[in-house]
Amino acid sequence: MIVVQGASVVTAAGMETADVAIEDGIVTAVGSLPGPERGTLVDGTGLVLGPGFVDLHVHLREPGETWKEDVDSGARAAAAGGFTAIVAMPNTEPAIDSAKVANLVFDSSRGAVVDVLVAGAMTKGRLGLEMADFDSLYEVGVRVFSDDGDSVADAGLLRRIMIYLSDLPGVVVAQHAEDKSIAAGGHLHDGLVGRKLGVKGLPASAEESVIARDLALVAETGVHYHVQHVSTRGTVDLVRAAKERGLRVSAEVTPHHLTLTDDATASLDPNTKMYPPLRSDEDVEVVRQALRDGVIDIVATDHAPHTEAEKDVPFEDAPRGVIGLETAFPLVLAALDGDVKTLFSRMSTTPAQLVGLKGQGRHVEIGAPANFVLVDPTETWRVSSFESKSSNSPFIGAELRGRVKATISGGNIVYRSPN
Amino acid sequence: MSLFDVAQLSTDQIVGYLDRAESYRDKRTTELVDTVVATLFFEASTRTRLSFESAASRLGAEVMSFTPESSSTSKGESLKDTAMTVAALGAELLVVRHSRAGASELVAGWTGVPVVNGGDGRRAHPTQNLLDLLTIRRHFGRIDNLEIAIVGDIENSRVARGLIEVLPRLGNHVTLVAPGPFVPASNPWNVTLSRSLDDVIAHVDVLYLLRVQKERGGGQGFPGDAGYHQRFGMTLHRQEKMRPGTMIMHAGPINRGVEIAPEVADGDRSLILEQVRNGVPIRMAVLATAMTFGMSQ
Repeated sequence: MIVVQGASVVTAAGMETADVAIEDGIVTAVGSLPGPERGTLVDGTGLVLGPGFVDLHVHLREPGETWKEDVDSGARAAAAGGFTAIVAMPNTEPAIDSAKVANLVFDSSRGAVVDVLVAGAMTKGRLGLEMADFDSLYEVGVRVFSDDGDSVADAGLLRRIMIYLSDLPGVVVAQHAEDKSIAAGGHLHDGLVGRKLGVKGLPASAEESVIARDLALVAETGVHYHVQHVSTRGTVDLVRAAKERGLRVSAEVTPHHLTLTDDATASLDPNTKMYPPLRSDEDVEVVRQALRDGVIDIVATDHAPHTEAEKDVPFEDAPRGVIGLETAFPLVLAALDGDVKTLFSRMSTTPAQLVGLKGQGRHVEIGAPANFVLVDPTETWRVSSFESKSSNSPFIGAELRGRVKATISGGNIVYRSPN
Repeated sequence: MSLFDVAQLSTDQIVGYLDRAESYRDKRTTELVDTVVATLFFEASTRTRLSFESAASRLGAEVMSFTPESSSTSKGESLKDTAMTVAALGAELLVVRHSRAGASELVAGWTGVPVVNGGDGRRAHPTQNLLDLLTIRRHFGRIDNLEIAIVGDIENSRVARGLIEVLPRLGNHVTLVAPGPFVPASNPWNVTLSRSLDDVIAHVDVLYLLRVQKERGGGQGFPGDAGYHQRFGMTLHRQEKMRPGTMIMHAGPINRGVEIAPEVADGDRSLILEQVRNGVPIRMAVLATAMTFGMSQ
């Protein structure tokens, strides 16, 4: 038995101070409780206990690149960031384009400290040429499909994919929107910083033109379409308009796109290189506001581990992507101006609902599965080391406000912060 | 002291380089005897490499020369490993040219050896900027109060980036002349922008022409060489519209018939070979300065 005492608890009605008892993986009591006769007492004074975070977009590098990360280390990084469920993207080697490959990841995830789900590729080998093995993937529980890292460029193929997948209940078609013919040769935002450096940029239109095209297909097919890592003002406008039309559209934004601009790339630090790139001040302000308003539904980290040696090269040669699980909470808290209630919606309840995770994103109430996070919204701490195998973060050395103190997954305490 | 970008230099330092270069003109010294200078050129070069190596040898240095085609880079050796290897072989001063922005800073950080940037990607080429300033000073007697137009593929030009930073700072007025693909209307430089060479040609002291850099994608933004020559090429006809005293510069290599007509390149208004001649004394000044400060660190 675990009893968390004195925390401010996130319930359906709002926040209230209460003690919470957890036994056999579920909440057994909420109220004013004595300490457990046996088991663990957690002092929650001054802390917030809420539903564990759910990340629909991580890269666990398994199979194929396990020197960067694997399911086990990625799950530990997730726990350290307060996540109790993560969805692994399929851009592995080989790509997760069939149940056979998905099962490799599921096998590894059995001992993982948090729930690890798998997204399936939209096309075989993520080559954008023919449909992945949707039926076998669906059969083993895959609900999110994406060729993340690449767009499905062929509109005819994507249309046929959407038509096919719209028959399968609960499926989400997630697009990494990047028109290669526009983005080719780009390494950072096509803006003043990049032009001054002489490093070619990815224009906002590379993202927006793909989404504009896709939305026409969504209107036709009725599929649930999810925009991955929104980075531009124009994308926010497209998503808002699509929602107003009543299309089944959802969108995510990363903590780094909420908090950093392309000014950070002026140093040519490879840990500021990711696709989509860090955008302008105006873009950051618009995506922040869109997250507050709910036009952007959720936060997803796009946790993308690369080793130090791989990043110890000129910016233009560096692999794209940064890790994000372990710094997400304080960054999103800052982007939401400290609004904890909205944070739990954007990082937990809403992402869980989008992909139909019944045991995740549940408020703290009797009978709820105990997948929770205990956070201190006011503690400041310096980012120095990671549970992830990789440390390619633009926030190394930064002092952040808001810290994950403990993570409870499946009724077990799977992470406690040092000190 | 490493030299990465002309932007890092104060006006006094720039003038110091020019003066020091004049003192080296047509001379040999022994200042860098017993010093090993390595040139690491990961990108093709004729004048820059030769003038650096000539400058080093005129200072008495021993020169180690690296080219990717004949080295382990062709076997996949990383920039870092190559740099560490050359430093371990005893190089005390490195000249680095690389296709990627920031490469020379990385090499300096990895090796702890002073580095002179011989051109990094589209970003910086400080010794070219200094030799351009030396050429301007020798011809006009000053490096301020001049009207200078930079014409052509600015987007892809590391030479232009340095000039755009340094020339206004020294008190000159700069106009960029290029089609949209070569300078977007939204650009980070607070300088005048023109889409027409004919509009500016009669009002400048220096026309600094840039090569269309096809290897960096510079050829993709316009329909073809002939059209470019028609709109932005320096022809004899256009040369006649220049006011007396206007001079033409170009960092080379030149594409005859594209940004410049052969008769203009070889004509009496061209400072192109004068620029090349100024490369050796400038690079002597830069290498000698780099070693002086390098040893005191």
